[in-house]
Amino acid sequence: MNVISTHIGQPVSRIDGVAKVTGQAKYAAEPHPPGMLYGVVVNSPIAHGRIETIHDTGARQVPGVIEIMTHLNRPHAALFEKSYMDGLGVPGAPYRPLHDGEIHFNGQPVAVVFAETFEAAREAAMLVRVDYERWPHNANFEVALHQKYMPSKTRSNYVPPKPRGDAAAAYALSAVKTEGRYHLAPEHHNPMEMHATTVIVEDDGTFTVWDKTQGPQAVQAYLASALSLSKDQVRVRNPYVGGAFGSGLRAVYNVFLATLAAKMLKRAVRVTLTRPQMFTHAFRPEAVMDIALGASRDSTLQSMIVKGVTDTSRFEHNMENIVIWGLINYRCPNATADYKVAPRDTYTSSDMRAPGAATGVNLLEMAIDEMAYACGMDPLAFRLHNYSDIDAMHDMPLTSKALRDAMAQGAQHFGWHDRSMIPGSMRDGRELVGWGMATGIWDAMFSPTSARARLGQDGRLHIATAASDIGTGTYTILAQTAAEAFGMPLDRIDIELGDSALPECPTEGGSWTAASAGAAVWLACHSLRTKLFAALARCKNAPSWARQDSVKLEGGALHGMNENAQDSLSLSDALSLTGQDVLEAEETAKPGLRGKISQMRKARFTHSAVFCEVRVDPELDTVRVTRLVNAVAAGRIMNPKTAASQIRGAMVMATGMALHEESLMDERVGRFMNHNFAEYHIPAHADIPDMDVLFVNEHDDEVSPLGVKGIGEIGMCGTAAAIANAIFHATGRRYRNLPIMPGA
Amino acid sequence: MTRESVAVPCRLQINGQDYSADLPPSVTLLDLLRERLDLTGTKKGCDHGQCGACTVLVDGKRVKSCLILAVSIPDSVVTTIEGIAQDGRLHPMQQAFIDADAFQCGYCTPGQIMSAIALLEEGHIHSRAEIREFMSGNLCRCGAYNGIINAIEQVVSRQHRNQAGEAA
Repeated sequence: MNVISTHIGQPVSRIDGVAKVTGQAKYAAEPHPPGMLYGVVVNSPIAHGRIETIHDTGARQVPGVIEIMTHLNRPHAALFEKSYMDGLGVPGAPYRPLHDGEIHFNGQPVAVVFAETFEAAREAAMLVRVDYERWPHNANFEVALHQKYMPSKTRSNYVPPKPRGDAAAAYALSAVKTEGRYHLAPEHHNPMEMHATTVIVEDDGTFTVWDKTQGPQAVQAYLASALSLSKDQVRVRNPYVGGAFGSGLRAVYNVFLATLAAKMLKRAVRVTLTRPQMFTHAFRPEAVMDIALGASRDSTLQSMIVKGVTDTSRFEHNMENIVIWGLINYRCPNATADYKVAPRDTYTSSDMRAPGAATGVNLLEMAIDEMAYACGMDPLAFRLHNYSDIDAMHDMPLTSKALRDAMAQGAQHFGWHDRSMIPGSMRDGRELVGWGMATGIWDAMFSPTSARARLGQDGRLHIATAASDIGTGTYTILAQTAAEAFGMPLDRIDIELGDSALPECPTEGGSWTAASAGAAVWLACHSLRTKLFAALARCKNAPSWARQDSVKLEGGALHGMNENAQDSLSLSDALSLTGQDVLEAEETAKPGLRGKISQMRKARFTHSAVFCEVRVDPELDTVRVTRLVNAVAAGRIMNPKTAASQIRGAMVMATGMALHEESLMDERVGRFMNHNFAEYHIPAHADIPDMDVLFVNEHDDEVSPLGVKGIGEIGMCGTAAAIANAIFHATGRRYRNLPIMPGA
Repeated sequence: MTRESVAVPCRLQINGQDYSADLPPSVTLLDLLRERLDLTGTKKGCDHGQCGACTVLVDGKRVKSCLILAVSIPDSVVTTIEGIAQDGRLHPMQQAFIDADAFQCGYCTPGQIMSAIALLEEGHIHSRAEIREFMSGNLCRCGAYNGIINAIEQVVSRQHRNQAGEAA
């Protein structure tokens, strides 16, 4: 599509900004239906076993307690595991909340107390006592590694590594070799809003479920299936989502439990998880990668051998693409990779921002830095020397790859060329200064999506799709797209998202929403324009200039052209003339035949080059990140203001990955024990320097209809490695485990 | 008798309105605002005083409302995010947050704004480093930290300009 940009690409402020800064934006735990009960979940303190007895007498005596729901008294829910499958495609047998007395993981819900007030429910929940029969469990990752396996059925998005050449032989013959085991600690998403559900029982007995999710239609389908309801009986809403980063990709147990209870008690209920309970579901898997690299004396990569393992639960086989990225991104004639999962008695690990790549790209880029140093070559020069213009793993051309430009512009902006190669050679007073860099890569995806455009008598354009804006700026960029496509000022556009009743949109994630929902809105607006012009052309009482081909829609009004350039007609008047109250169009954007062929013939990725400065106190071993520059090649940027915030936000999370975040397992009980913000550190204001984001010009008509690649994850990829590599440059010490805590 | 059957008088002024009721002593100021008064602009992010999402002003000072029992601050003046816009006009800090793109999901935002308003009163605004230090009790998982500091600096410099204007 050829888009002349007056709205797309402009640094517009968020259109949901006023709602958010005034506290008017309603999140999942915030509607207050009359007679609502509060539910507080009681979790299992053991990792594996069976409930023997539940003692709830004391809890039931707390005034205001209405019911204590357990596996023994819950109403009917679907029996078979397949009814609990969600759209994410994790193979295995999904966990069924309150299904029976068996315990599969520490933190598993065993009871939910419902009371008239939150305080009563909380107090009663503390009084529920449960006796368990304890069975052996393993929560130790090293032990789990001995049981690693390849699932017979793989996840739908899993990309099997494709070897080339003879990596083992080439490694043996290489003049320069590096080899090491790299490790990433498990991490928890920890969006600021805790997962919560408010269920409203409507007069007709249907349920309106306000849930913190990234996919209202996925949750609707899940609830209908798991609770044996028809889809008409469940509507899921999530107009505002207080962050998610992947924790809301799958239905979290609170939504099942709240809806089950509303069915049981025929009353509105709210179930909000506590912060510690946020550590009882999704998390980024712990990972190890064994990386062996071989190069010739001229710094040319000759061999790459990557073996990776991530953890999963006993009941599902979560898989990530962690080992493929180097094989794709580097021109190395011999390469192979292997991937397995290791089972533990925990909940299933899950997708967290840039799943797979955040782990695989960062760990690999740390190894690449080691190899550059082993070759005695500047790390940026080394990457340029081994640059691949194609997807080297699939031997496939790319729709675009402006990574060279990103490297050059990022380096220029950072001042990389003033860097001294020798570690520990750049000091400022007593502080050691280190400069490091890395590159990033992430998929550019496009999923079929529908959107509706409607013009009303008030002359406003109303856009609707079941997308979720989890803070990504979707409201704003869709308004910009509609403004552009329809010829409408931004302030006369309403965007409605976050409702399962709206036109079909896939679960938000993977950075595909901008490309996909954007294309759907674009099509729907064009279709609506065409409808309006056609209706006017048929209209006998419309002015003659408006009935011809020479009419244009600009600035929210119809204008004549040429000799009729002075004539105009408001959209409300135009609609009145056609005799209709509303005019509506719904369209679905999908790759189409040409798109599908293109997808088979060309690979598509976003790329980035990240540059970092750290300062290390040599006595205290404290690390401060003092500068970060990220140059991103992500096709068309819909809104540079919100896009830069997206990249910065991911860089903050990657700083956490590099230096702070680590979910620590108490192996005796199989529980993540640092389950709060005091002990699970996420970066705070004082940890984060000013960060510069550059968007490299990258024109790509093939990747998606609007030339958009998506920017939600790319900021994670490479940033943690750039920090790690800067720490090496400052100190001369290599750290292969993330997070890096030199003083610890 | 359980604690929940006890009720204690609670008297506050919230966003300029008098509030009085008998409450169980275990009701936090945060839960009073969110669950009993429908002032859901104040957010619950941890309920442990660790994240700052629940920051409100009590007698002009920023506090974490999840750590305060509602009945423990009789006759206090409470200001929440719903109480800072005047006559339908945004508070300068609210406008600056929009202009500087100082939020993404918006969940920590009311707490950040209330904290920032108090920060200006406290005067911890002499450098970006000082602002960062004194805003570090308000976590933001979307990582809007740069925007938040920019927003606060905008308001600070506008105040300085206004003061300079008045002095002249």
